[in-house]
Amino acid sequence: MAFDEMNGTGGEIRSPYAKAAQWLANASPDLLKTRSRQAELFFRRMGITFAVYGDTESNERLIPFDLIPRIVSGAEWNGLEVGLTQRINAINAFLKDIYGPQEILKAGIIPPELILTNQAYRPEMQGQRPPRDIWVQIAGVDLVRTGEDEFHVLEDNVRTPSGVSYMLENREMMMRLFPELFADHSVRPVETYPDTLLASLKACAPEDAGGNPTIVVLTPGPFNSAYYEHSFLADKLGAELVEGSDLFVDDNYVYMRTTQGRRRVDVIYRRVDDEFLDPLTFRSDSALGVPGLMAAYTAGNVTLANAVGTGVADDKAVYTYIPDIIRFYTGEEPILKNVPTWRCREADDLKYVLEHLDELVVKEVGGSGGYGMLIGPAATKAEIEAFRAKLTAAPEEFIAQPTLALSTAPTLSDGKLVQRHIDLRPFVLSSPNGCSIAPGGLTRVALKEGSLVVNSSQGGGTKDTWVLED
Amino acid sequence: MLIRVEHTTTYRYARPPRAITQILRMSPMQTDGQHIRRWSVEPDFDARIHQGTDAFGNITHTLYVDNPPHELSLLVTGEVETTDTAGALGQIPERLSPLVYLRDTALTAADPAIRDLAEQHAAGPALNRLHALMGDIAGRMRFRIGATTVHNSAAEALSLGEGVCQDYAHLFIATARCMGFPARYVSGHLFREDGMNLQDASHAWAEAYVEDIGWIGFDAANGICPTDRYIRIATGLDYLGVAPVRGSSFGGQNETMTVHIDVKDMRASSQQQQQ
Repeated sequence: MAFDEMNGTGGEIRSPYAKAAQWLANASPDLLKTRSRQAELFFRRMGITFAVYGDTESNERLIPFDLIPRIVSGAEWNGLEVGLTQRINAINAFLKDIYGPQEILKAGIIPPELILTNQAYRPEMQGQRPPRDIWVQIAGVDLVRTGEDEFHVLEDNVRTPSGVSYMLENREMMMRLFPELFADHSVRPVETYPDTLLASLKACAPEDAGGNPTIVVLTPGPFNSAYYEHSFLADKLGAELVEGSDLFVDDNYVYMRTTQGRRRVDVIYRRVDDEFLDPLTFRSDSALGVPGLMAAYTAGNVTLANAVGTGVADDKAVYTYIPDIIRFYTGEEPILKNVPTWRCREADDLKYVLEHLDELVVKEVGGSGGYGMLIGPAATKAEIEAFRAKLTAAPEEFIAQPTLALSTAPTLSDGKLVQRHIDLRPFVLSSPNGCSIAPGGLTRVALKEGSLVVNSSQGGGTKDTWVLED
Repeated sequence: MLIRVEHTTTYRYARPPRAITQILRMSPMQTDGQHIRRWSVEPDFDARIHQGTDAFGNITHTLYVDNPPHELSLLVTGEVETTDTAGALGQIPERLSPLVYLRDTALTAADPAIRDLAEQHAAGPALNRLHALMGDIAGRMRFRIGATTVHNSAAEALSLGEGVCQDYAHLFIATARCMGFPARYVSGHLFREDGMNLQDASHAWAEAYVEDIGWIGFDAANGICPTDRYIRIATGLDYLGVAPVRGSSFGGQNETMTVHIDVKDMRASSQQQQQ
């Protein structure tokens, strides 16, 4: 039995859920159904959709929203906040070191070839320091819970994490649908996230940008699955939403074309992957980037958030070393645990994984979004054998983890209350002034009974996440 | 040898673009085997130029041009004093660990045929294996201009069995990496003894890294290690990383580019004049 956020393991209501449980017990199924329909209508009207890669049926879907909030106590959150801050500070220090003196490689903590031959390591960044020396301005760390005090980090997501628009929209929706619930609970606000993000990005601007730096949001365009979020964030930040062709580089500075002529751009919150950023440095066939952007960047004249090359820190093989990375740079023991992970590049680990494929989750080291993975317990014999062949051919491309019993939370299904597995993605902002984390984050829920896959591309939904003032 | 290079790149447009941005990797750095006496990069048009060094150690010039004319030329000239080091690069400042050069790129990804080729040179002292690989590639491939384009990969060139110096270099790099040797692409100029001093493309070869020795050049297209007839310009993971010009233009139509390279031995030509 998985740990349940409302009932724990014993069936007694956990304290953060005390009032909500009572409310749920009294709420009529009709009311809940009506509110669910209203929520869907609102989301459709606002146009919050996402696209699914490789889905030919329809290219725009509504991400399912579940009405029952996921509730975290203030004390639980404080522990997570300290752990996340420690982790992201260590990852920033790691990236600064990897693209600098590489002390951690010299100390023998991580095999150098794991970093230096990694496709997410950008040789072009070696010896470079981004403005203000902040590498990961925005992280979306995936946490899962397996017990009362058992939180694990599943992924660090330090490239271009998405989902924060759902955190903000879900809260707005809940306040609209259930004002009485907010009167009963003191829920810590998340609405300040855009202001904090803006302040954080401004603080990362190049030194010569002046007191009021210009920030833009760079999107690959309307065909990107997260385009809605890009435009939402630009709107909330009061920043221009731009595509590569709206920007140009002159004399190693970045400018935006406007009706009043050129305007210097100081900070680019980019939602375009590294290899598409600059056709003169990376993929020459990219039409999404800005020619010469890397020249402006390496000259220190523009801030990219996140920095180029951060992906080497959230590669799944490098993930297994994060506890060592935390110890190396902070001298502290990691507060948040990793999920135990077998490195298939190591012979003993590979042997174990091949013998236990039906129990394990096997993932590609460079993969994301729940694509290209094997969930042993849910796979057919044929799927397992097909995966075995892939794994044997290129073991260094894979890691394996036990199938975790993710915690469950009460969720509505056809007006009835059921238990579904969830995770949590808090968003961690970093600037020279330190880390800041909106209380809560995005709770994703696997809507299929028993399913452990929460990704929206694979049938997952979302919930509002409440952190209570204790 | 004292080698003089004149490298002219000319662009012509039916309708010129409004702006051009280019990154050039056309200037050599000082090494044990080459002393740069004089080197200049001169556009015959108005351009703002920023010189820098990239992470691979290459000298770069970033050019910004507004409202260029219908025709513009970039003239790169220089004189380099070279000595034969039997292909050994010697000590130069390197920002990147040799391990970086074990990475695959799209142009140098190994396929089963390349892995097979690597298997055939699996045993023996490092230098012998690399020399044998160079000879093997020279034997398998036929040099033919037009057989491939700059977009063809090492695997495609091997399966075609023909190509130009770029393909030989990519194939050597891809195979050497399979054999566990860091390997990289080198662009440069070659003084040809056959009197063909006028050329329409730069030369290319490979360098492989051998523990305790360092980087060593291998020119599979000519089946030799670089001598004092070679000028080494830029290095990278593959052709894309060292392309002499990577550029982008805003607006404009029908761009054509022509390249003229003149590589001369100064001492030989001054002797000729004395006769």
